[in-house]
Amino acid sequence: MTAAIEDSPTKVGAVPSFTVTMRVMRYLPSDEGGETVAHWDDFQVKVHGTDRVLDALHMIKWEQDGSLTFRRSCAHGVCGSDAMRINGRNRLACKTLLKDLDITKPITVEPIKGLPVVKDLVVDMEPFFASYREIMPFLVTTGHEPTKERLQSAEQRARFDDTTKCILCASCTSSCPVFWTDGQYFGPAAIVNAHRFIFDSRDEGGAQRLEILNDKEGVWRCRTTFNCTEACPRGIEVTKAIQEVKRAMITRAF
Amino acid sequence: MQTHQYDVVIVGAGGAGMRAALESSTRVRTAVITKLYPTRSHTGAAQGGMCAALANVEEDNWEWHTFDTVKGGDYLVDQDAAEVMAKEAIDAVLDLEKMGLPFNRTPEGRIDQRRFGGHTRNHGEAAVRRACYAADRTGHMILQTLYQQCVKNDVQFFNEFYVLDLLVDHDLAAGEVEEGEEVNVSGVVAYDLATGEIHVFQAKSVVFATGGAGKIFKTTSNAHTLTGDGMALAYRRGIPLEDMEFFQFHPTGLAGLGILLSEAARGEGGILRNADGERFMERYAPTIKDLAPRDIVARSMANEVREGRGAGPNKDYVLLDLTHLEPAHIDAKLPDITEFARTYLGIEPYTEPVPVYPTAHYAMGGIPTNIEGEVLRNATDVIKGLYAAGEVACVSVHGSNRLGTNSLLDINVFGKRAGRAAAAYAATADFVPLPDEPATAVEAGLETIRTRPDGERVADIRRALQETMDANAQVFRTQESLTQALADIKELHTRFRAVSVQDKSRTFNTDLLEAVELGFLLDIAETVVVGALNRAESRGGHFREDYPNRDDENFMRHTMAYRRPLPATTGRKKRTGGDAKGAFSHAETFDDYQLVLGSKPVTVTRYQPMERKY
Repeated sequence: MTAAIEDSPTKVGAVPSFTVTMRVMRYLPSDEGGETVAHWDDFQVKVHGTDRVLDALHMIKWEQDGSLTFRRSCAHGVCGSDAMRINGRNRLACKTLLKDLDITKPITVEPIKGLPVVKDLVVDMEPFFASYREIMPFLVTTGHEPTKERLQSAEQRARFDDTTKCILCASCTSSCPVFWTDGQYFGPAAIVNAHRFIFDSRDEGGAQRLEILNDKEGVWRCRTTFNCTEACPRGIEVTKAIQEVKRAMITRAF
Repeated sequence: MQTHQYDVVIVGAGGAGMRAALESSTRVRTAVITKLYPTRSHTGAAQGGMCAALANVEEDNWEWHTFDTVKGGDYLVDQDAAEVMAKEAIDAVLDLEKMGLPFNRTPEGRIDQRRFGGHTRNHGEAAVRRACYAADRTGHMILQTLYQQCVKNDVQFFNEFYVLDLLVDHDLAAGEVEEGEEVNVSGVVAYDLATGEIHVFQAKSVVFATGGAGKIFKTTSNAHTLTGDGMALAYRRGIPLEDMEFFQFHPTGLAGLGILLSEAARGEGGILRNADGERFMERYAPTIKDLAPRDIVARSMANEVREGRGAGPNKDYVLLDLTHLEPAHIDAKLPDITEFARTYLGIEPYTEPVPVYPTAHYAMGGIPTNIEGEVLRNATDVIKGLYAAGEVACVSVHGSNRLGTNSLLDINVFGKRAGRAAAAYAATADFVPLPDEPATAVEAGLETIRTRPDGERVADIRRALQETMDANAQVFRTQESLTQALADIKELHTRFRAVSVQDKSRTFNTDLLEAVELGFLLDIAETVVVGALNRAESRGGHFREDYPNRDDENFMRHTMAYRRPLPATTGRKKRTGGDAKGAFSHAETFDDYQLVLGSKPVTVTRYQPMERKY
């Protein structure tokens, strides 16, 4: 009887904990003594009900293997540092609760695809940001600035609300099969950020941006597979935004 | 090692750093060095808004905003700085709108405004709608907009470069520079995370905009990367840190996690309740209730829990109730924070109250500056060419307690001022010669940690630090608790000398940099605790149970914490701190240096200190 109480896993108020296997893709450049190909490492970690994949990675780094390398900062889904492939899907590690995954099997964690791997889960983000910079991701206006604010109705503001949420984590772009095979493709995130300005009533650079995206590596490469929409941790309807940009290109109505 | 030369080097690419860069880069050759990609900076996590007396929705003016800021800071605010901020707030908001920031709009198409804690009409009559906002993503929009403008202006960034030393032409930490003597900045030493290579940047002006240090606490709204780097680098070079004992605990962190839920939740009508369902803020702040300043609300919450009225199985949190608000209203005004509650606690805010508890949020103190952003090396003298802005700095517009929204305002107003001043100085000044072998100390320090075969683990020391700070230097403090914290910090400093890392590589070695950041945290924690021990009064965010009242006679001064050498047994002057008077004459001895306290007078212009009631 006493033993049974002692074994009871959940005292009042205690958070139930469980053990998971994290199967993490490892890579270290060969000039650092690593192997030329990546390999999987398994780690067992004891976690709590509110823990996220990022917490499990931290437990590994802080208690088992300090060389495990990944990016992170805010740890609650707003900075966009820790996009990775978790059980084959692009997600933010800090927004993915372990209890929501199938913990009876190893949880696989890999770097996002389509960008060169630097080390373990860290990829080179430069090509991603280069595409972003190309679509003129800033308000373009002409003429004199008003003394006070530019007026914009609530409806006009709502027109591009969805795409203002982008945190440039690259989950969408690195989930796109077209991007995987053709790194020159602008990718969903750049188009999302073009959309954010094209449909902003204050902006006058829409025609130029559409010209840029009319390129052979522009919006027409999109094959509407919806991977990007599924991947977006901010819930942006990415594919819809791309379709709206395509339509604007045909109708020139924006 | 590589060497670079720029007129202006800005360290940090959050709101203050990028706002400074927009001013500086159009005037002189400018580089921004940042340990994160700019869009990862923690400005992006700010939610509720940015106050400015636009009077778009009701009567308001910048003088009321100044008064609220001074009173909110419990009269430790420098009133000239607060006036500058409140006046320039209006242009700061309009600047952002012209840059494209998508503010929420009024029915007339103007920038919409909402209520926020401590912001009132006519000196405290009632809450006023002053916060300009974009849903509960105002910081995200500011960070994105500033980065967009940096892309437009082709600002040069060194991303994922860690600045690890500040170069000045006099060793202030040796304590032998006379008052009035000219001290100049010559550059910074940085570490490229991707390759492990050292880069020396020679610069005429250096702007520190590295943000806060919330990771000295366990429960915090701050990012993992907020480790007080800029503050610690300045402190190690003998530059004082001002008012470090004043740390803000934001009332509404998600219980157990510390993730921020904006004060906008209360600005939009949310109510704090204890386990009995009582709206307990009516007892603590009868006039503005849930919209009292953060220090008062956080203390009231902690008091409810302490007196047994906390909610939950362990009675260790209170409840933020949004259930009386329309779901459509919540979706329009508070979409992100309600999603946080769903994602991280599985709580549906439409129908269930959200468990919340105070979370370490903001350092009111920092590197002392004047209103042009110039860094002070004592109560009066500036260091030529060195500037600071944002949370790393203490100007001081927040005094002993910052009002909500005033940080987004601070980074825009003083980021702009520091950027302009840095560029103007660089346009006329010459380069100051770098010291011989400028990077030797940094390289040696890194190599010692990287190659040490075995030793103390970073995570163990950091956890011990965060636990003692949460237990002993949080919302309620006493002589006894702070003495314990100080003893723990001293022991952890000793253990840190034997720290080692497992990652021995040079490529993207975050293990090594976490060790370096831990060293910064220990330095910052000691300034917080020594300042808190010395300040035997309660004011704003600093509450001493053994001294529950404000004591203007002895403590209406800014604390200045100087790192100085241990006193020599013979010969030298006894003290080498700054303006050490009366209550600020303490020196705390550490293993191989001492922390010498001094003080700086508070600038009072319009408002004489009064009792603070809401």
